[in-house]
Amino acid sequence: MYTEIAKSYLRKEKFPSVWCPGCGHGLILASILRAIHKKGWKKEETVMVSGIGCAGRIPGYVDFCTLHTTHGRALAFATGIKFARPELNVIAVMGDGDAAAIGGNHLIHAARRNINITAIVFNNFIYGMTGGQKSPTTPRGFFSSTSPYGNAEPPFDLCNMVKGAGAVFVARGTEYHLPALDTIIYKALSKNGFSFVDVIVMCPTSFGRKNKLSSDATQNMEWIKSISIPKKKAEGLSQEELQGKIVIGIFADSLRSEFVEYYEREILKEGKCPKNTKSD
Amino acid sequence: MKELVISGNEAIAYGAIRAGCCFFAGYPITPSSEVAEELSLKLPEVGGRFIQMEDEIASLAAVIGASITGKKAMTATSGPGFSLMQEHIGFAAMGEIPCVIVNVQRGGPSTGLPTHPSQGDVMQARWGTHGDHEIIALSPSSSQECYTLIIEAFNLSEEYRTPVIFLTDEVIAHLREKLVLPDSKSINVVTRKKPDVPPENYKPFDTSFGKVPPLADFGSGYKFHITGLTHDETGFPTDDSKKTAVLLKRLQDKIIDNRDKIVRTDNFMLDDAELTIIAYGAVARAAKEAVLAARERGIKLGLFRLITIWPFADKEIAEISKRMKAIIIAEMNMGQLRTTVESAVKGRCNVLTVGRADGEIVTPSNILEKVKEVGIVH
Ligand code: SF4
Repeated sequence: MYTEIAKSYLRKEKFPSVWCPGCGHGLILASILRAIHKKGWKKEETVMVSGIGCAGRIPGYVDFCTLHTTHGRALAFATGIKFARPELNVIAVMGDGDAAAIGGNHLIHAARRNINITAIVFNNFIYGMTGGQKSPTTPRGFFSSTSPYGNAEPPFDLCNMVKGAGAVFVARGTEYHLPALDTIIYKALSKNGFSFVDVIVMCPTSFGRKNKLSSDATQNMEWIKSISIPKKKAEGLSQEELQGKIVIGIFADSLRSEFVEYYEREILKEGKCPKNTKSD
Repeated sequence: MKELVISGNEAIAYGAIRAGCCFFAGYPITPSSEVAEELSLKLPEVGGRFIQMEDEIASLAAVIGASITGKKAMTATSGPGFSLMQEHIGFAAMGEIPCVIVNVQRGGPSTGLPTHPSQGDVMQARWGTHGDHEIIALSPSSSQECYTLIIEAFNLSEEYRTPVIFLTDEVIAHLREKLVLPDSKSINVVTRKKPDVPPENYKPFDTSFGKVPPLADFGSGYKFHITGLTHDETGFPTDDSKKTAVLLKRLQDKIIDNRDKIVRTDNFMLDDAELTIIAYGAVARAAKEAVLAARERGIKLGLFRLITIWPFADKEIAEISKRMKAIIIAEMNMGQLRTTVESAVKGRCNVLTVGRADGEIVTPSNILEKVKEVGIVH
């Protein structure tokens, strides 16, 4: 049942996927699909938008209205779709380079605007598709094809950033904690406003290999488990104790008036566009 | 008949609404901002939506997103913003998503001359985004034409499923002059072809309906995939070289095969001319003055005005060149259209350029000096 639900939303003829064996992307996708199923969203009223990268390929495999755009810009396209046709359910799936580097500005502005879109980041700390370069979430000291001596830069905490920018729902999950992830994504989809889920996922091909972790999917999961720490538990710990850990849980769940609803209520004078044209 | 005195930028906003534009996304930039300002005011009155995005890249992305839901959508920008939009002009060309991009040209390169006119983006409009693609670019010469031609821009984008660039300049943008609002009957509004096949049979790039496949809206019951990757008729990515070749050829053909319908030009005193100016946008107005002044001195000067810049009026210019002693291209750049004109003229007559890229408009006397150089003596 668990996988059957997800399968019923796939464009099965498009498989096998481009993803490597052991890649966690499929697990996260299945979690998203279960949440959509639980929401009862109709396929033809659901839009999935992506940018570029391994996560960017997701829309091609799911049976919705799907848009595979340019690197980093998924949320800007999604904003146009949602604003133009608010009755559609809009999800943006992105990689960490996609969302936090080239698309970082779109991410903070979508959060500030509080437009009713769910953004899900497949955060594997690396540019997988281009061969394993470091990203803005690569932890300090970790290796990649462009940090052969270890990454000199500190990483972004995406949840902190997006919460600070005003998102009404912000959470982090992992590919190891799947039942919790299902709940988080369901809550994100249910939220009226900009919701954001940072999902920690393994890229065995690049991140795993470069950092001498493992190419074995189960061992990778164990590694993710070992660095994850629930928010409640983390609250009592010092900065030193949290070194190298990833805090998971829900960081924001608040209320703020949603952008499109505000526009329709306060600014729009007339319901239908175009009016009075022959073409309509 | 209603008459207004309005700037080119305002006329663009009015015309866009008349064309059925329901969505604008943009980012402030001189000298285009009045288009956004006017639409932020007027769109809500007609049920349309206005959004100021975080940059020009996002602006065109939002426009394309809105267009995929079936709304006619546009953005407006200028020089540096137009540079940023190149990424998504390519996406719109590849995904075949109708949209209109207004570029009020100002002096460049880089931030250049923000408040001065230029026509320095004609080649960027043609080839600014990477990869082989055709583009439609139109250039108005008056407030009146800003209104009527922006409607044409929407019509062409809808008809050919393509981005259309509206290439105006700072002079036309800010010049306030009379606009006579055309009556409803004289305005033709085109809307994209929608599929009539059931959703399960729909393919967003299905060529069995011709070179411009019908485009369904997201949210209309049709599920489909659009990608910036090379794709087949189903819309899904492919790197098959045969399919790639078919796609790129069709993207070219759908514009080139229809170039006679897309290319719009205008003549002034050209019938008996021995010498002609080729000009567009604000410079065409100065060129008209130059023609009148030359005629007073007995010089048979004419004007050939480009309204469509791309696809280029090569056939028309080839025809004219047969009966001209020389052609003078007048433009606010350092001669960007010269090689394009020369390849149409093919040596049948001399081709000269009077170009300025100093932030000032080409004047009638600049043109008349060039006419003297040609040395037609009567
Ligand atoms: S490169 Fe990494 S992220 Fe990309 S498909 Fe392979 S394992 Fe997954």
